[in-house]
Amino acid sequence: MSDQRNSTESQTADRDNETVVSLEDVSVNFEKEQGFVDSLFNDAQRVRAVDGVSIDIPENEVLALVGESGCGKTTLGKTIIGVQRPTSGTVTYRGQDVWNAKDGNGDVRIPYGDIRKALQIIHQDPGAALNPNRKVLTSLEAPLKRWNSEMSPEDRRARIFALLDRVGMQPPQEYAHRYPHQLSGGEQQRVALVRALLMNPDVILADEAVSALDVSLRVETMDLLLELQAQFNTSFVFISHTLSNARYLTEKAGGRVAIMYLGEIVEIGPPKKVLRDPKHPYSKVLRWATADLDPSHQELTDPPVRSIDIPDPVNPPSGCHFHTRCPEAREACTTEAPELGDEAGQPGTHCAGCHRTDPDHEYWDSDPLDGVEAEFAPRGESDD
Amino acid sequence: MVLDDVSIDLRRGEILGVVGESGSGKSMLANAMMDAVEEPGVTTGEIRYYPERGSEPVNILDLSDEELRSLRWEEISMVFQGALSSFNPTMTIRGHFEETLDAHDYDVEEGMDRARELLADLYLDPDRVLDSYSHELSGGMSQRALIALSLVLEPQVLLMDEPTAALDLLMQRSILSLLDDIKEKYDLSILFITHDLPLVSGLADRLAILYAFELAEVGPSEQVVRNSQHPYTRALLRAVPSLDAPLETMRPIPGSAPNPANTPDGCHYAPRCPLATDECYEEAPPWFDTADDQRTACFNHDDAGDAVPLELEVVES
Repeated sequence: MSDQRNSTESQTADRDNETVVSLEDVSVNFEKEQGFVDSLFNDAQRVRAVDGVSIDIPENEVLALVGESGCGKTTLGKTIIGVQRPTSGTVTYRGQDVWNAKDGNGDVRIPYGDIRKALQIIHQDPGAALNPNRKVLTSLEAPLKRWNSEMSPEDRRARIFALLDRVGMQPPQEYAHRYPHQLSGGEQQRVALVRALLMNPDVILADEAVSALDVSLRVETMDLLLELQAQFNTSFVFISHTLSNARYLTEKAGGRVAIMYLGEIVEIGPPKKVLRDPKHPYSKVLRWATADLDPSHQELTDPPVRSIDIPDPVNPPSGCHFHTRCPEAREACTTEAPELGDEAGQPGTHCAGCHRTDPDHEYWDSDPLDGVEAEFAPRGESDD
Repeated sequence: MVLDDVSIDLRRGEILGVVGESGSGKSMLANAMMDAVEEPGVTTGEIRYYPERGSEPVNILDLSDEELRSLRWEEISMVFQGALSSFNPTMTIRGHFEETLDAHDYDVEEGMDRARELLADLYLDPDRVLDSYSHELSGGMSQRALIALSLVLEPQVLLMDEPTAALDLLMQRSILSLLDDIKEKYDLSILFITHDLPLVSGLADRLAILYAFELAEVGPSEQVVRNSQHPYTRALLRAVPSLDAPLETMRPIPGSAPNPANTPDGCHYAPRCPLATDECYEEAPPWFDTADDQRTACFNHDDAGDAVPLELEVVES
C-alpha cells in the first residue's frame, strides 16, 4: 500500500492546475428504437443527446451541470468520465484519447484500466447502486481486490474502516457488517461515495447525489462532499436539476455552473455570475423556477416562457434550440445558432450562447416572433 | 402510529400547504381525509366534511362504501405523485375521462366539453392529449392531464400528494402558477402536500408543518416563514438551500427523525431540539396560540427565535 501511496503523491506534485479531462466538440447521438418494418423503409430517428460540447475539467474543479430532464446532462456527465462513447468529437484524459486507449488504437500512453479507475461515478439512487445481498464491507472490498490485488486483507479493511469513519459512519466496524437495507438513504449514499473514493479518483461524477435525500440532510451531505473534494484533491462533476443545490456546491468550492438545454451548454461560468446575473434567457427562466423562501418575494407569475413543454429532442428547433420557448426570440434566432465562444470551456470565464450578448448582432434588427414583446436595442447599439 | 392525534381544518377556498420530510406521515394525512388508509391501517377520530357553507357536516368515517364512492372524486378528489402509475397504460386519456364520467353517472358529452376546457386551462392541446396514451406524453404533460381528470367531476376539494415531485423545477413552478388560476376559476379548496417548503410557501394561504407524525406548527404562510415559533420549522427553513441567502446561514438539522415503531413519549422533536427540557421528553406539548391564526406545539416557543436564529432579512438584500 505504501508503494501505491508514494506513486500517487509524486503524481500529484506535477499535476497542479493541469487539465484532467478535456472534451472537444463532443456529440452523442442515440437512435430511437423502431420496429422491423419501419427500419426497412425509414432511417432511424436520431436524438442528439449531446450536441457539440467542448469543456475542460481541471484539477480540483467543482462543476455543476444544470438543466431540465432530457437536456442531456447525464449523458454529458457520462461522456466526461468515459463511460459513454461519443458519436463524434474527442474525450482525452491527461492528453490520452480515452476511446483510443479502450480500443488499443495508436500509441496508448495511459492504459484504459488506469483511466477507468481515475474517473468514478456516484449514482442517483444509492439503494439501487449497492448490491442488496452483499454486506457493505464486501461491496467496498471488491474494487480494491480487483485493482490492488497485492494489498493484504488487513490493509484493505483498515483503509475501508478509515474512510467509513471519515464520512461519519461510526463505528465503522459495525457499519461495515451491515447490509444496504439496514442503512438509511443518507448512509447508503455515503457508502457509494466511499466506494468511489477508494480508487483515489481524479474525477467523480455525482448524478443527482443529493436530490433524493431529505431536505434536512442535503446541506450536510453537500458539506461532506465538498470536504472530501478538498481533502482528496478530486474534481467533482455534479448533475442537478435544482439551481439552489448547484449554487451551494459551486459557490462554496469556487467552481463553475453550466446550464444545459437540449444537448448544448447555453451558459457557463462562476455561480455568482451565472445565477445572480444570468445572460441567457433560459438561465433566467430557471431562476424564475427556483422558489424563494420568502413568500412575499415570490408572487406566482405566469411562466416566462412561451411554451412550458420542451420540444421533441428528435427534431430540435432550427437555429437557437431555445427559440420556440424563449421570451426574447426574434427571426434571427430561427435561422442562426448562437455560439458559446471558444474560451467557454476554460475555467473562470462567463459565457452565454445567445445573440443578445452581441450588441452588433443582426438579432436587434430582426422582427420579434409571435408572442414576443418588442424591445428596443440595448444602449450603445445604433442604427447608423 | 404513523399519524398521531392530528387536528387540522381545510377552509373553504384556501390552499393549505402541508410540509413534512419523507416518513413524516404527510401522505397518510391525505389518505385519512378520504378514509382511504390501506389495511392494516386504522383511522380513528373524526373527519368532518361541510358540503356547503353553513350546512350540516358529514363524518367521512361513518359513511357507507357506496356513499364514500360518490364522495370521492365528485366532492373530494385526489392527485397522486407520478401520473404514469395513475393512468392505465392500455387506455387513451380520453378513455379515462369517459370511464370516470360514466362510472359516476355524469353526462359524458357535457363532461367531455368540461374536460377539453380543463386541459386547455392547463396549457395542453385537448385533442392531441385526449387521443394519446399516457406513455406518449411527457411527465409534465401527463401530470397536468391527471389534474384535469381529477377535476372533471367538479369536486369542491382537491387533495394533492406531492403532485409535482418527479418533475423539473420549471414544470413544478408552472403547474403551481396554473393551480392558482384554476383554484379561482373552479372555486376549489386545495390541500397541497410536499416536502419542499419554498415550493409551496408562495402558493399556500396557510402552512402546516408536520414532523414525525405530529403537527408542529400551523399558520398563515408568511407568518410561518418569517416568524415561526417552533424550533423545527425554523431549523427546516434554515436547512433549505436557496439561491440568494448567504451560504453560512444554511445549516443542516443534526440527528435523524424517529422510527415510527418507537416514537418518543413527549415531543417527537425533543431529541434533536436545542431547547428540549425534561418536560419536553415527558409530555406531548399542547397547542399554543403564538400569533394571529398561528398555533405552535412547543413548550418553549418563546425562546425558539433566539435559539434558532433565522435571518430572512438577508434574503431580501
